[in-house]
Amino acid sequence: MRLVTHNMMSSNIKGVANGFPLLIEAAQVVEKEVDFNADFLKNIFARIEWKALVEASKTMGYSELLDNVESSMLDSEEFLRKFHHALLEIHLEEGALVCPETGRKFPITKGIPNMLLHEDECTVFVLTGHDLYHSCGTPGVLKALSIAVY
Amino acid sequence: MWYLCVFFHRLLEYRKTEFESLAGLFEGRDGAVTLEWRLPEDHHPDSPFHFVNLPSEELARNIANRSILVKGIYELWGEGRNFEELEEAIKSYPDDRKLPYLKPDTTFRITVETFGKAISFHEQNDRLQKLAFVPFKGRVNLRNPGHKFCLMDNDDYGSSNGLPPVVQRRIFFGREIGASDRKILQTYQLKSRKYLGPTAMDAEMAFLMANQAQVKPGKLVYDPFVGTGSILIAAAHFGAMTMGADIDIRVVRDGRGPDCNIWSNFKQYGLPMPLSLLRADNNLPPWRSGLKEVFDAIICDPPYGVRAGGRKSGGRKLLKGVIGPYTVPDDKRSNHIPSTAAYSLVECVHDLLDLAAKMLVMGGRLVYFYPVLREDDSAEPTFPEHPCFELTAKCEQILSYRYSRVLLTMVKVAPYTEDIELAARVKHLDFKENHLKWLEDGNLHSAVFSPSDVKINGSGEKCSSKPKYRGKYV
Ligand SMILES: C[S@@+](CC[C@H](N)C(=O)[O-])C[C@H]1O[C@@H](n2cnc3c(N)ncnc32)[C@H](O)[C@@H]1O
Repeated sequence: MRLVTHNMMSSNIKGVANGFPLLIEAAQVVEKEVDFNADFLKNIFARIEWKALVEASKTMGYSELLDNVESSMLDSEEFLRKFHHALLEIHLEEGALVCPETGRKFPITKGIPNMLLHEDECTVFVLTGHDLYHSCGTPGVLKALSIAVY
Repeated sequence: MWYLCVFFHRLLEYRKTEFESLAGLFEGRDGAVTLEWRLPEDHHPDSPFHFVNLPSEELARNIANRSILVKGIYELWGEGRNFEELEEAIKSYPDDRKLPYLKPDTTFRITVETFGKAISFHEQNDRLQKLAFVPFKGRVNLRNPGHKFCLMDNDDYGSSNGLPPVVQRRIFFGREIGASDRKILQTYQLKSRKYLGPTAMDAEMAFLMANQAQVKPGKLVYDPFVGTGSILIAAAHFGAMTMGADIDIRVVRDGRGPDCNIWSNFKQYGLPMPLSLLRADNNLPPWRSGLKEVFDAIICDPPYGVRAGGRKSGGRKLLKGVIGPYTVPDDKRSNHIPSTAAYSLVECVHDLLDLAAKMLVMGGRLVYFYPVLREDDSAEPTFPEHPCFELTAKCEQILSYRYSRVLLTMVKVAPYTEDIELAARVKHLDFKENHLKWLEDGNLHSAVFSPSDVKINGSGEKCSSKPKYRGKYV
């Protein structure tokens, strides 16, 4: 698992209010070279939770990322190279991702995170009266979402 | 300028769609692109021959070279019902368009093609002789010519050749601008792929899907039902970064051993590895709540019960209401294998649209298969709708007498709002609470997918006489 994946996921166990970022338990970390693509990095930069990336890369033994960044830095090749390395080239091969609230471990074996939830962890959305009123107030949306095939 | 576009006689509904989607890709337009098309005189709409109006030769070349279904795009120098008419037409085509390609210091090749009939070398030569009046000054080079010309003859050679009926013979002569590289289909054919599953997407379709999705270098492409990765392989071939998920851990992690899994498939072709592969249920995806607009395209073949029905988490017996809610004991948790419940077609599509609405960038594309019952030929099937999407293409591929699959291309045209998110949650709850009802209502009649289905193509030929012209069946 690369850190770009870590940066996109959270623990979606029912009742967990903030499952992001997942803590990293690293048993085996490997580095693999990836072709550098500046456009890709520039595009995805805005989607990245920077603090989580900095922390995660430190856990994985890479501490070259600055704590504070801004989009103007995307013009610097040196910055992009470091961003590239942290985001794409450090892999968690064996270990686990840990839910920050419940301590539930999502195991990683052969580089593949297992994010499947147990039966009793599956999400129940709590809808407040306001939410329901709100959603009923937009029947167009509801109708459009129901698939009219059958 | 008008160009002659000759298609392979395959996947008829996909041909212009692929063409227009590639036009959008090279022109940098996300939305639907509609080009001007014209048929040659007396030609059936399913004919391989079409005229198309394009703003530049460069665009024509780019489209042809990237496409899977375009046999070639030509600058037409002349056409006619017979060789006399053809000669007349070529002679009156402006010299300034012809002479630069006939110069002494050039190399060239002329190919002769007959559609619907194979002809001998001798017959080919005969036809070539008829072009003797064209003042070719260059040298012939069959292997690597500077300019390629093509003489295309098509007639109703006694029909029954699988091509649409030809009312009147027509001969075309033109200069080739570009042609599809069908060699990639050979390189990527499933037969020689190491890790395969029962529902692996064949190479031709996977590449068509990637073209519908306008995949290009630097783009991020996601397949939430990745299986053996065949769709992502096509996306990676065109330079995309890829990500995939599957609920089946054996498929996505183990494969058939260390050298026979999704990773090894990418390695086999020398493609960059997927950015990530993970085990996740698309009914309860693991993405953090604030994450939006990150994928440029989502391309997939969802699990629709034909050969492999979808599963979702939440517990089989639990959702059926056979047992009450329970807690997995703490000492069992780490090795616990969660049971999964059946995933109805409607719910699966609902989840896919919701995911795509949220996770695609504006202008991003969702390309996926949707099954359709063919029982009632008169009724046009309806397709899933979503306030964030515009359906830009639907291409049918008939699989049997009773069902076909339709490749849908949807473009994200509106942002994912809180209202939409909420409506999707309400729906998600409804699916969960009324699990059994949705399983009954939310799948196509189970009869559609019953094993008694006989395929039209291939071995199990059911009809007594071979159809003369097979139209959409090809
Ligand atoms: C039709 S196959 C796709 C095959 C793939 N295109 C390939 O080339 O191998 C559907 C896949 O969806 C997976 N699947 C079923 N239910 C799922 C779910 N709820 N979430 C994610 N994947 C699921 C199945 O394990 C199967 O691999």
